[in-house]
Amino acid sequence: MNNSKLITFVAIVIPVLAVMLAARFLGFPVFERIATLLFINMILVLGLQAFMGNSGILSFAHIAFMGIGAYTSSLFTIPLQMRGMVLPDLYPVLKPILLSPYAAIAVGAVAAMLVAALVAYPLMRLSDAAAVITSFALLVVMHTIMVNWSEVTNGPRTLFGVPKATTIYLAAGGAILAALVALYFKESRTGLLLRAVRDDEIAAGAMGANLSLLRWKGFVLSALFAGFAGGLWAHFITSYQPSAFYLKETFVILGMLVIGGAGTVSGAVLGTFVVTFAFEALRATENALNSSSVFPWQLVGLTEIVLALAMIAVLVMRPGGLIEAEEFGATWRKWRRRG
Amino acid sequence: MAVYVQFLIDVLSLGSLYALMAFGLVIVYGILKLVNFAYGELIMVAGYSLFLLGGTPLPWLVMAAIAVLMAIGAGIATEYAAFRPVRSKSVTAVLITSFAFSTLLQNAALLFISPRARTVPLPDIFSDTVVLGGATIPLRNILTIVAAAIMLAIFSFIMKKTVLGLAMRAAATKFTMARMLGIPANLVITSAFALSGLLAGVVSLFWLGRIGSVVPGIGLEPLLVAFIATVIGGMRSLQGAVVGGFLLALIVTTFNYSLPPELLKFRDAFTFSLVILILLWRPDGLIKGPATGQRT
Repeated sequence: MNNSKLITFVAIVIPVLAVMLAARFLGFPVFERIATLLFINMILVLGLQAFMGNSGILSFAHIAFMGIGAYTSSLFTIPLQMRGMVLPDLYPVLKPILLSPYAAIAVGAVAAMLVAALVAYPLMRLSDAAAVITSFALLVVMHTIMVNWSEVTNGPRTLFGVPKATTIYLAAGGAILAALVALYFKESRTGLLLRAVRDDEIAAGAMGANLSLLRWKGFVLSALFAGFAGGLWAHFITSYQPSAFYLKETFVILGMLVIGGAGTVSGAVLGTFVVTFAFEALRATENALNSSSVFPWQLVGLTEIVLALAMIAVLVMRPGGLIEAEEFGATWRKWRRRG
Repeated sequence: MAVYVQFLIDVLSLGSLYALMAFGLVIVYGILKLVNFAYGELIMVAGYSLFLLGGTPLPWLVMAAIAVLMAIGAGIATEYAAFRPVRSKSVTAVLITSFAFSTLLQNAALLFISPRARTVPLPDIFSDTVVLGGATIPLRNILTIVAAAIMLAIFSFIMKKTVLGLAMRAAATKFTMARMLGIPANLVITSAFALSGLLAGVVSLFWLGRIGSVVPGIGLEPLLVAFIATVIGGMRSLQGAVVGGFLLALIVTTFNYSLPPELLKFRDAFTFSLVILILLWRPDGLIKGPATGQRT
């Protein structure tokens, strides 16, 4: 790891640790909750960055892999005596298997990766709009399956009884690990070739880059991140339903990545922080307005409206996001040398 | 016999809607090579216009005309808000601005109207049925087919015989060259959005006729349908959009008739998996349009 990459990494670790400590020791439980969710979202955004930033292909299916990670890990951790009640139609093979939450989260991540490896190879042959549209279709397929496969997901109803295992330390550790892997992947051989394909498909192909294989590797890695985040999320929230893994969450995650800058790891992290703080502030405002009944009706969706406007504004002014092309470390070194 | 007639009418009426939707998406995609994710919300806009006009004493046809006009207006607004500022900069940026615009419209409906379903006014003719070849068929399905035939005829006339249509087809083939020959880019693009709004508005009348009410998320299903139909048919070809629409309707209706109930709930998963298989076989879709990957 060279110097500028190290600076980038440190610049990511410091705010993560700062937010973690602040949330842990300021003494408001709500801060700890927000911070933990922020770290989990950061893993998701970094995973999406690893694929989208390097390959240049927008993927809508990311959140579906989060869902796979969440459901798979929960299957192995719901206490045995509760399983009959939560999932009455569970397959007998799965009924007696109980894993520790950490092992189950790992299993969930691997499951998401395997599903991605299976379904994605054909899709990675497509480019441009067709690739985006099929990833959207993939999200719908996965959602349909999650809503209807009652044997393992309890259908559209809430799945409950998942033990709480994700602490703020685990989430922060996961986020730092994700940042490290994303940074490493970007500069690895696969990452470099993938970016070459993104910048000029024909030239890179002529040099012998195997387009679909490269994209496939990126996609599988990003699904691993998503599955991991899903497992962490499930063991933090403890009860959820399939609608948690659909368009609303997709919009938030995409918004974070795009506002921050899809091309860079620093951008992905910055976007996660900025959007989380904006989102929480807006939601608090929305709730305060609702409870003080300034308006005669309940405000719903105000947060999303402001977020949508912010996304459009950022993209109009800076189409590549806040940190467009250069990692923070490189910028910082240049700035130091000049100063 | 009755089953076959019913099946045929189902395929044709659903296919008409799908084809019109896909057509509206491709009109824009052909020129800009950009997908409009806010396309489904045009249906929502038309639906809520109809709902808001529901209390007025206007005749239904006038309400419908206003709703269609609102969809056209929303189409043009999409262009100004989400496409014009970023369209020359980055493909991903446009995909996301249009996705953001769609979220914006949906949440505006949530905020200002209601998260709950609202009933829209519909004329009595929509709930009548006719007996044809031994099968009882809702009259609105026949109307859908007729309306789609008329719309497609009008559009093929516009695209083939009028100056605007020629300009749009020229821009779809080679945008830069078309501009050099004096075709005003913004005018062509805005008219493409207006025409796509017109199609969505007409579709929305019949779509609402099937379900009877409007919710903020109503646009998702027609949007998906249009996406999938265009991908099967070929993203760059207008004929492809129509073929894709009817083919998708054939697939969906066949599943509806043949799948057992416990599998029917997975219908969308089957449909989209089949679509992915078609794409493996022909990544460019069934009908190839003008061969150009060039973007403006």
